[in-house]
Amino acid sequence: MSKTIRIGSGAAWWGDRVEPAALNAERGELDYLCFETMAEATVSAAQVRARRDPAFPGYDTYLDDRMRAVLAACMRQGTRIVSNQGWINPDGAAQRIVHWLRELGFPGVKVAAVNGSLITDRVLQLTDRILENGAPTSTLAPTLISAEVYLGAEKIVEALKEGAQIVVTGRVADPSIFMAPMMHEFGWDPLDHERLGAGNGIGHLLECGAQVTGGYFSDPGFKDVPEPWNFGFPIAEVDADGSAVITKVAGTGGAVTIETVREQMLYEVHDPANYLTPDVVVDFTTARLEAVGPDRVRVSHIGGKPRTPTLKVSIGCTEGFIGEDMFFYAGPGALRRAKLAKRILEERFRIVKLEAEEIRIDFLGLNAIHGEATPSDAPEPYEVAVRVAARTRTREEATKVGREVDGMAVSGIAHTGKRVPHQDRTREVIGVWSSLVPRQKVPATVNYFES
Amino acid sequence: MRVRLQHIAHARSGDKGDTSNIAVFAYTPALYPLLKEQLTAERFKAYYRSAIRGEVVRYEVDNLEALNFVCHGALGGGVSRSLCLDNYGKALSAAILGFEVEVPDSLRDQLRGRDLL
Repeated sequence: MSKTIRIGSGAAWWGDRVEPAALNAERGELDYLCFETMAEATVSAAQVRARRDPAFPGYDTYLDDRMRAVLAACMRQGTRIVSNQGWINPDGAAQRIVHWLRELGFPGVKVAAVNGSLITDRVLQLTDRILENGAPTSTLAPTLISAEVYLGAEKIVEALKEGAQIVVTGRVADPSIFMAPMMHEFGWDPLDHERLGAGNGIGHLLECGAQVTGGYFSDPGFKDVPEPWNFGFPIAEVDADGSAVITKVAGTGGAVTIETVREQMLYEVHDPANYLTPDVVVDFTTARLEAVGPDRVRVSHIGGKPRTPTLKVSIGCTEGFIGEDMFFYAGPGALRRAKLAKRILEERFRIVKLEAEEIRIDFLGLNAIHGEATPSDAPEPYEVAVRVAARTRTREEATKVGREVDGMAVSGIAHTGKRVPHQDRTREVIGVWSSLVPRQKVPATVNYFES
Repeated sequence: MRVRLQHIAHARSGDKGDTSNIAVFAYTPALYPLLKEQLTAERFKAYYRSAIRGEVVRYEVDNLEALNFVCHGALGGGVSRSLCLDNYGKALSAAILGFEVEVPDSLRDQLRGRDLL
């Protein structure tokens, strides 16, 4: 009987629910529980916060919640954890996990921290061109906040080999977090692109958590799933060839079907024959999907091609501010009043000399989501929010947006609804650019801690 | 018969920088050729009007009975810069469900959501 390993998802992003992670830890019979908690701008946002708030530890702000929810079950059952909750401080995250292990009565557990993704201090020397516009990366020097390279699975595999029960990393490509356990358990060579392609493809299906088990999927009357308030996070039962059955803990809501799996297979994918990751180039065009039982889909024949000589670098830069606010109309003529309100705001922005790179005034309820793609014959809404946003160079300019919306309260038009008090109506923009770096120029390192 | 795309296909959008990929999946193998034939990259781009400012590239993914539309310049300059309320474009895939397709009457029983026709 050949070996099968069970890899479960514990998070798909920073704000994800915690209870399905606990459920996977307790009832998933997992060999590995993996957490993905970063978005494109997570690292830059963490850098900005760390500068302003010296007490910010620099790792996932939900680290405590997540680890307290899963550690005891994982340690009891021998489930190992791989997580990118280290953000800009993997060592700090590992030490915090050690703290919780001691607190919960699990001494002698080895925790590894994978460092090396942060290259802010040398990114301008290591990179040449910005991928999005072809300009030299040196043009970003005045606004640079942070740069990080997307690492692959290899250092996680090394840490697992060294006996780490828990591996916490900075920026690692999302699917690699889930594939590292496969490489370790099945002894895959880092250059075995066929197996890595298959494994990374399975990692891609797991990295967005509930998006493969019925989340971001239900469409009443067309695609209905049971209990969409009670999703289980996915589990992959992976074979040594990189094929797998995608499933979830019995009794949870949602569904694992051909439809949920194929939607996730192409999520955030451009050329499906060439999905670039640090470890391998994945080819989804050969994949076969087969429903093999209730909430069980077998995924096989995902292809792989040799990895590229470069790694992707994400560069975060300060790019000014966004000011935004909204106010409301309802009843007969709501849209007519909203249109007059828009005209008033446009005139007001001229009067107060708002300096903006871009201004958008939309009617939420009609065109604030699809914008120009809204059909011209869309029905007139009974209620509508006027939503206004502007991107500016300075916070002072961005503040004008909310101040002019304030003016709509008593100097506006009939039947204007407003929210008071309101939340902060300006925010900083962290623009994200990409570049490439030769992989040998960015060595990663592993530090070990023990509870 | 003429029906909205939502009766023959489902869709999901994903973001990367200023690019949104909108994947469209035929509900049955018999409906896939209709999708391939009628939902061209040109028509797709025209349907979104200036909400997609750049090029639209269509990938045919026969093994998944899917078309993947890679839409450049669809996310207001990128998720963090976008002034759109839905800055990730998570709801962008829903627009194309209103695209009208011609379906032979013989395939009527393969349509999804027939109560909502």
